[in-house]
Amino acid sequence: MSAGEREGTRVAVIDYEMGNLFSVRHACRHVGLNAFMTSNGKDILRADAAILPGVGAFGKAMGNLVCLDMVSPIKEFIASGKPFMGICLGMQLLFSESEEFGVTSGLNVVEGRIVKFPPATDPCMRVKVPHIGWSRVSCPREKADFWKRSPLSRVPSGAHMYFVHSFYPIPEDKEIILSFTTYGETAFCSCVMKDNLFATQFHPEKSAALGLQIYSQWGSLVRGMAARNE
Amino acid sequence: MSVRIIARLDIKGSNLVKGIHLEGLRVLGKPEQFARKYYADGADELLYMDVVASLYERNSLHDVIARTAEENFIPLTVGGGIRSIEDITSVLRAGADKVSLNTAAVKNPAIIKEAAESFGSSTVVVAIEAIRQEDGTYLNYTDNGRDFTGVEVREWAQCVEDLGAGEIVLTSVDREGTGQGFDIELTRLVSDAVAIPVIAHGGAGNPGHILEAIEEGRADAVAIASVVHYDFIKKSGSGHKDVADGNTEFLKSGKTFSMVQPAGFGEIGDYLADNGISGRGRIATE
Repeated sequence: MSAGEREGTRVAVIDYEMGNLFSVRHACRHVGLNAFMTSNGKDILRADAAILPGVGAFGKAMGNLVCLDMVSPIKEFIASGKPFMGICLGMQLLFSESEEFGVTSGLNVVEGRIVKFPPATDPCMRVKVPHIGWSRVSCPREKADFWKRSPLSRVPSGAHMYFVHSFYPIPEDKEIILSFTTYGETAFCSCVMKDNLFATQFHPEKSAALGLQIYSQWGSLVRGMAARNE
Repeated sequence: MSVRIIARLDIKGSNLVKGIHLEGLRVLGKPEQFARKYYADGADELLYMDVVASLYERNSLHDVIARTAEENFIPLTVGGGIRSIEDITSVLRAGADKVSLNTAAVKNPAIIKEAAESFGSSTVVVAIEAIRQEDGTYLNYTDNGRDFTGVEVREWAQCVEDLGAGEIVLTSVDREGTGQGFDIELTRLVSDAVAIPVIAHGGAGNPGHILEAIEEGRADAVAIASVVHYDFIKKSGSGHKDVADGNTEFLKSGKTFSMVQPAGFGEIGDYLADNGISGRGRIATE
């Protein structure tokens, strides 16, 4: 048994005062990851893996990350190659910019933009915004292998996951798109994976057993990496 | 997109209760037991409403929230007695994902805006308690349908949307606890008036009522209580002996409520899918 397993693999849940972090921590603990919440850049850098959660406004979130001096540590952590997961707003913040309230710059780790759901062209379609509820997360054609190598490996394509958002990401590099979801008339990217980076627009920690399956698979990856780095 | 079926649990102290027209509360058991069952059965969300909301009992509510959030990995909304941004923060810290505001929003509508800016619109749910008037209009009430606000429901719904609310829980006080079905006219009135999701609540007595609220009322989500509570009590038999305080006569009698046809979340989901409404894990065929 390695030291990492004895002490528990340490996962930093980044606390920047945006949304419910408790459910993320509970989900981590449920799959045996030792998760702790922190607003301290040094703590993040010392962790084996990190999660950027979040619900709320993009601009305020970036403002908080700047104020708490966490922008550089997050970028440094991601560059280090350790597993990093972004959830909901935490996924969106990884992108270059968002069109929420004008244009706001993001962490720019992933090239692309965050845009708002367009109004429905067909008035008969019920497309309420925010998009709140359970929608299907599907594997794009020809990406079955990519899916199998990802934390979604144990989730069947088309599974329902819980979403809460008004904006969605458009990555520049289509190769990193791991899943898509259709809401109203819009098919959007609901999950990306790029090297050590994995991010979901939905909330796996609020998506019952299949969501926990994602945490479990990501957890195996984290433990594997931590053991290798020892 | 699937329509959400939400379990609503009215809480008094540490007990799950249920009334009629939001009054005459009967003790049904411990909320955590019911929540666990609903999570296992595939409920899409949990909605806890602290119906007494006295300051004295606040700590016990926080314990109930924490225990629920720890073991149920679906969204949890908590309402009742939330008066300030500090109250919202403490409920979210206890483990809730969203808060539901009613009285505080009526007394000080600016709290909706402030909460939406601080926690995001999707965290802020506004509860509207509607009572139909003799002239057919619907007016908004607070405090479990006791206090009249003088505001018309449709107008208030649009106002809370403008202020940044992410969702509306729309209760028909007239139908609440009766098992006579949702007020379809009310549901449709509000759902068509706003671009944010509307959760219909009050009156569900069987799965057919839920279908009606979705198809005719155009509800984006439905909150149910009696149908699933009585189903759980019926199936678990005398499993609630640990409840000692409050109005427990009904519970001890072993009766169910005649206007309600008990059904579990599994049965409800199957029924809706058979009738063309997709849900979590169920794709309805067109």
